[in-house]
Amino acid sequence: MRAFDYIRAGDTAQAVREGAGQETRFIAGGTNLLDLMKLEVMAPERIVDITRLDLGGIEETQDGGLRIGALVTNSDLAADARVRRGWPVLSRALLAGASGQLRNKATTGGNLLQRTRCYYFYDRGEPCNKREPGSGCAAMGGTNRILAILGTSEHCIATHPSDMAVAMRALGARVEVEGQDGTREIALDAFYRLPADTPHIETVLAPGELITAVILPAPAGGRQIYRKVRDRSSYAFALVSVAAVVEVENGRIAKAQLAFGGLGPMPWRDAKVEKALVGEAPSPALFDRAADILLAEARGHGGNDFKIPLTRRTLAAVLSQATEAAA
Amino acid sequence: MSLETTRQLKHDTPDHDRRLDGMAQGVLGTDMDRPEGPLKVSGRATYAAESRPEGMAHGYLVRAATIGRITGSNAEAIRAMPGVLHVLEDERMIRNAAQGMAGQSPVQKQGQSWYVGQPVACVVAETFEQARHAAQAMMVTIEPDGTHVFDAEAEGAEIDTPEKKQVSQGDLDSAMAQAAFSIDHDYHTPSMSSAAMEPHASIAQWDDEGRVTLRGSYQLLRFNKNELADVLGVAPDKVRILSPYVGGGFGSKLGLAPEAVAAALAAQALGRPVRVVLHRRQVFETVTRRSETKQRIRLACDADGKLTGIGHENLVSQLPGEVFSEPVAQGTHFQYAAPNRVVGHNIARIRRSAAGSVRAPGEAVGVTAFEIAVDELAKSAGIDPLEFRLRNVPDKHPENGKPFSSSTMEATLREGARRFGWQHSQPRQRREGEWWIGTGMAGAVRVNMMIEAHARVVLTGTGARVECDMTDIGTGSYAILTQVAAEMLGFAPAQVETVLGDTDLPPASGSGGSFGAASTSTAVYLACMELRERLAAKIGVKETELTLKDGVATHENRQTPLAEVLGDEEWRALGHLKPGRAGREVRQATWGAIFAEVAVSDVTGETRVRRMDGTFAAGRILNLKTARSQCHGGMIWGIGLALTEALEHDPRDGHMVNRDLAEYHLPVNLDVPQLGVHFIEERDDWANPLQAKGIGELSICGAGAAVVNAIENACGVRVRRLPATLDQVMEGLIAQG
Ligand SMILES: Cc1cc2nc3c(=O)[nH]c(=O)nc-3n(C[C@H](O)[C@H](O)[C@H](O)COP(=O)(O)OP(=O)(O)OC[C@H]3O[C@@H](n4cnc5c(N)ncnc54)[C@H](O)[C@@H]3O)c2cc1C
Ligand code: SF4
Repeated sequence: MRAFDYIRAGDTAQAVREGAGQETRFIAGGTNLLDLMKLEVMAPERIVDITRLDLGGIEETQDGGLRIGALVTNSDLAADARVRRGWPVLSRALLAGASGQLRNKATTGGNLLQRTRCYYFYDRGEPCNKREPGSGCAAMGGTNRILAILGTSEHCIATHPSDMAVAMRALGARVEVEGQDGTREIALDAFYRLPADTPHIETVLAPGELITAVILPAPAGGRQIYRKVRDRSSYAFALVSVAAVVEVENGRIAKAQLAFGGLGPMPWRDAKVEKALVGEAPSPALFDRAADILLAEARGHGGNDFKIPLTRRTLAAVLSQATEAAA
Repeated sequence: MSLETTRQLKHDTPDHDRRLDGMAQGVLGTDMDRPEGPLKVSGRATYAAESRPEGMAHGYLVRAATIGRITGSNAEAIRAMPGVLHVLEDERMIRNAAQGMAGQSPVQKQGQSWYVGQPVACVVAETFEQARHAAQAMMVTIEPDGTHVFDAEAEGAEIDTPEKKQVSQGDLDSAMAQAAFSIDHDYHTPSMSSAAMEPHASIAQWDDEGRVTLRGSYQLLRFNKNELADVLGVAPDKVRILSPYVGGGFGSKLGLAPEAVAAALAAQALGRPVRVVLHRRQVFETVTRRSETKQRIRLACDADGKLTGIGHENLVSQLPGEVFSEPVAQGTHFQYAAPNRVVGHNIARIRRSAAGSVRAPGEAVGVTAFEIAVDELAKSAGIDPLEFRLRNVPDKHPENGKPFSSSTMEATLREGARRFGWQHSQPRQRREGEWWIGTGMAGAVRVNMMIEAHARVVLTGTGARVECDMTDIGTGSYAILTQVAAEMLGFAPAQVETVLGDTDLPPASGSGGSFGAASTSTAVYLACMELRERLAAKIGVKETELTLKDGVATHENRQTPLAEVLGDEEWRALGHLKPGRAGREVRQATWGAIFAEVAVSDVTGETRVRRMDGTFAAGRILNLKTARSQCHGGMIWGIGLALTEALEHDPRDGHMVNRDLAEYHLPVNLDVPQLGVHFIEERDDWANPLQAKGIGELSICGAGAAVVNAIENACGVRVRRLPATLDQVMEGLIAQG
C-alpha cells in the first residue's frame, strides 16, 4: 500500500472540495477500496473519509418512494421493514451479496461503485486496460469464466459485480450526487458507462462528485424475485442474476421490469425485452423470445460461453415463477 | 534426580496385549476437550506471526512475473525507498517449498525463475507497509529461456514414466474384451490448494553463537530443521524451530517454505529479527498445490458383477526437479480384487507452481475418481452400487497376496448403508419443484502409515509432562498425547502437561500422512511403559499387576500414592518408536463408506448437498471429538472436491489466476449439510501397541465421489471432470433434452 494522506470530511461541502483533488478517493466501508489499495491496484494519494457525514438514514419521499442515504449499510437496508414490504427484490438482492460481516460495513454508495472482480484486474503482473489504460486485456484468451457476455468491447470484458445495483436498476432507482456545482440526480439507467475504449471510466460521475443518496420510486408492486446463480451456495459473485418485478393482469403481463447481474459491465437492463413481454400471455415460447432479444448480441469468450444458455434458462424460470399463480 | 531411561520398540510384530484396554483412568477414547482450546478461542495461543521480538523488521516477498534467467533488478532504487533496510536477492532462496519429509533443501533459486509466481527476492523494511509497498515496486529482470508447456495434456509436455511405479498383472485388454460389462473413461481432477486458514509466516532471529531460531508454522519440525540447516549451510544443531500452534496445514506446511528461508537469510544479513508473512495470494502460489490429474480408468466385470480387470493410468504434473508426484493409484493397488490389473503413473514436467502433498495425497483424488468409475460400472451391470462393492471386497492384497492387518471394508459399507437408509434407485425418479433429488455412495480407503518418533515423559508425584517436537495443526495432538499419558500413568488430564512444537525437545513424528497421532502416541506410550516398569520395580510388584488411577498405585489390594513413591523426584523416560516389519508384512489401511443425498436444479445445474453420512474404521479412536472433527473436515473437503474447488491456471503462462479466497471456492457453511460421522471401534494389533490408526485423511478419500454419484442418480448427468460446476451439469441436462 502506498502511503496516503487521510482527510476526514466534516461536511459534504468539504468532502466534495477535497474529493476533487488529484488522485483522491472517498472511502466509506472500505471493503472494496482497501483490498485494492493493499494490492496497489488502486493507489490514491489522498483518502477522504466520508463516514462521519450525515448521509445515513432511509426516508420516505413525497411520492411514496424512498431516499436511501449513501452511508446506509447493506445490512440495514436489507433489513428495513419498508424496503422488505415495498421493494422486496432489493432486500433479497442485498442478502444474496457478500457475507454478513461485509454487509455490515458495505455502504449503498460504495456498493454502486465497487470495481470488477476480473482476476486480471487484481493482478498487477498482468495487462489490464481497466487498471492501466492501454496495457491490454489479459482476460481475453485467458481465464474468463466469470466475465461478461453483453456490452463488452475489445478493450474490456469485465462485469460489474454488484447484486444491489441490479435490483435498483430493475426498480428504476436514481442516484443523487453532490458536486462542486451543486446537486444533481442521475437515473441509474444513465449512471454507468460501457467500456468502449475507456474501460477505466466506469460511471458518469465527475471527479470529486459524491453520492449522497439513492432514490427509489414508489413501490412497483407486482411479484418481485431476485435469483442469483453462483458457484457455491453463498459468498460468491453472481455468474448470472435476475431481478424481476412482474405483474400479471387478466392473464397478460402488465408490467415487466428486469435487470441482470453477471452479464455486463453494468447491471443490465434492456427495454426491448420488457416491451416484448408486456401485453402478452406468459408462456415458455414468450420467455424464450424474451431471452432471444436479451441475448441477441451476447458473445462468449470461451470460458464464459455457458452464461448464454444459463441466462436463457434462468430468465425462463424466473418469469415462469413470477407469472405462475396468475397464469 | 533426573535419570532418563529409554524404551525402544522396533515394530516388527503385532501387539496382542492391548494394554490400553486394561488401564483404569478412563480418559482415552472419550470426547475430552482440547487442553489448549481456551487459549485458542481467547487469542492467547501465540501463532507464528504473533510474537514480537525486539527490533523486528518486516520482509515481503517479490514474485517473478515471467519465466527465465534472472539478469538484474531495480534493487538499487528499492533500497532508497522509505524504510527499506535490505533487498534480499540471495541465490539460496528456495524456488518452492520442500516436499514433506525431504529433510534437505529444495531446489534453490540459482539465478532462475522456473514458474510465474516464484519468489525471487525479499524486501525488508522497518514496517510491514513499507516492505510491502517497496516489494510491489521491485522489478526483477528476467530473460526468457525458451518456450515452456503449462498443461500436462498439451502437446510437447515432457512425460516421465518411472518404471517402478507401473504395475501390470494378467491381461487387462483381454479381460476388457471378454467382460460382461466394462467401462473405459477419463476422469479429471483440478489443481487444488490446501488453503489453510493461517497464512504461512516466519520470524527468524540469530544469536551470538550463530544459532538461528525460527518461529514458523510447520508440520514436520525435525525434517524442517534439517531443511533449513541445509539451505543455510549450517549444522542442524544451529537451527531451532518453534511451532507450538499451527492454524491448519493440510500438507501445505510439511516442507520448509520460501518465507522461512527469506526470514532466516534476511535476519542474518541485518543482524536483527525479521518476520516474513505471506499474503494470501502468495500462499496460493509459493506453497505446494495438489496436482491436477487425468485418470484413465478401465473396469471389467463378469455377469455377476465380480471385477475381472482394473486399469488406472494416471497423468499428474510437477515442476522439473521435484521428486514427489501425486500417488493417484495408492488406494487402487489394494481396494478391490481383480486378476487382471494395470496401474500407470506418468508425470508431466510443466511450469506450474510446484505440486506436493495436500491432505490425503493419492487417495483424495484417486479413490474419488475410482469410486465414480465403480458406480458407472455397477450401473451398467444393473447392480446396486452398494451390492457391487460388497461383491468385490478383497480378502488379501490383490497385487502381492499379503494379508490385510484388518479389513473393515464390508463392515463400514453395511453399517453406513444401514445408518443412511440406503436404497438403490434409478436416476431421475425424485423431483421437488425444479430440483432433482438423488443419492449416491462411495467407499473410502487410505493407507495407514507410521514413522519414527521420540517422546519424553517426565513423571512427578503429582503429575506428568509430555515433551516432544510434535505439532498440533488443529488436529488435537495436545489432547490425545495428554490422554495417552493420563491413561497410562493414572492421572486426571489436568495433571498432565503436554509441551510441543520445539525442536529442542525429542524429535517426534510431526503431523502428516495421518501418521502423527499413532506414531507419536506410541512413543508416549513407550515412555509411559518405561515409567510404569520403574514404578513397579520400586514398589516391588510386576508391572502387569499395577493399577494406576488418580495418582495412586494399586497393587495386591494395597494403595500407594505416587507422591509417596517419587517423593521430590522427577523421573524421565524417553519412548522411541521405530517402524519395522509389521508395517511391511501386511497391508494396513483404514476404511469407510460415505453416503450422500443431493438436489440438482433442472434449470441451472446447481447442486446442493442435503445429507451426508460417513462410517469409518480406523483402529482405536483416541479422542472421539477430535476424530469426529477430522472426519467432518474431510467430508467437507469432499464437497469442495466434488462441487466447488479448482485452481485455475492461465493457459498462456501457467500462473494461478484465482489466487484468493473470494475466487478459490471452498465450501461455505451453506454448502455443507448436517454431517453424520460414525466409527466402528476396532483394534488393529498390527498397527502399533495402541491399536490406533490414522484418521486425519480417510474421510476425504471418496466423499467427493458419493456427491458426484448422487448427482447422476438425481438428474442422470455423469460428471467426469471435477468439480461438477453448474455449467457442466447444465450442459448435461441440455444434452438430455
Ligand atoms: C469477498 C467479498 C465478496 C463480496 N461479494 C459480493 C457479492 O456477492 N455481491 C455484491 O454485490 N458485492 C459483494 N462484495 C462487494 C461489496 O458489496 C462491496 O465491497 C461493498 O458494497 C463496497 O462498499 P463500501 O462502502 O465498503 O465501499 P468502499 O470500499 O469504501 O468504496 C468503494 C468505492 O466507492 C467509492 N465511494 C464509496 N462511497 C462513495 C460515495 N458516497 N460517493 C462517491 N464515491 C464513493 C470509493 O471511493 C471507492 O472507489 C464482496 C466483497 C468482498 C470483499
Ligand atoms: S476484462 Fe477488463 S478488467 Fe479484465 S483484464 Fe480485461 S481490461 Fe482488465
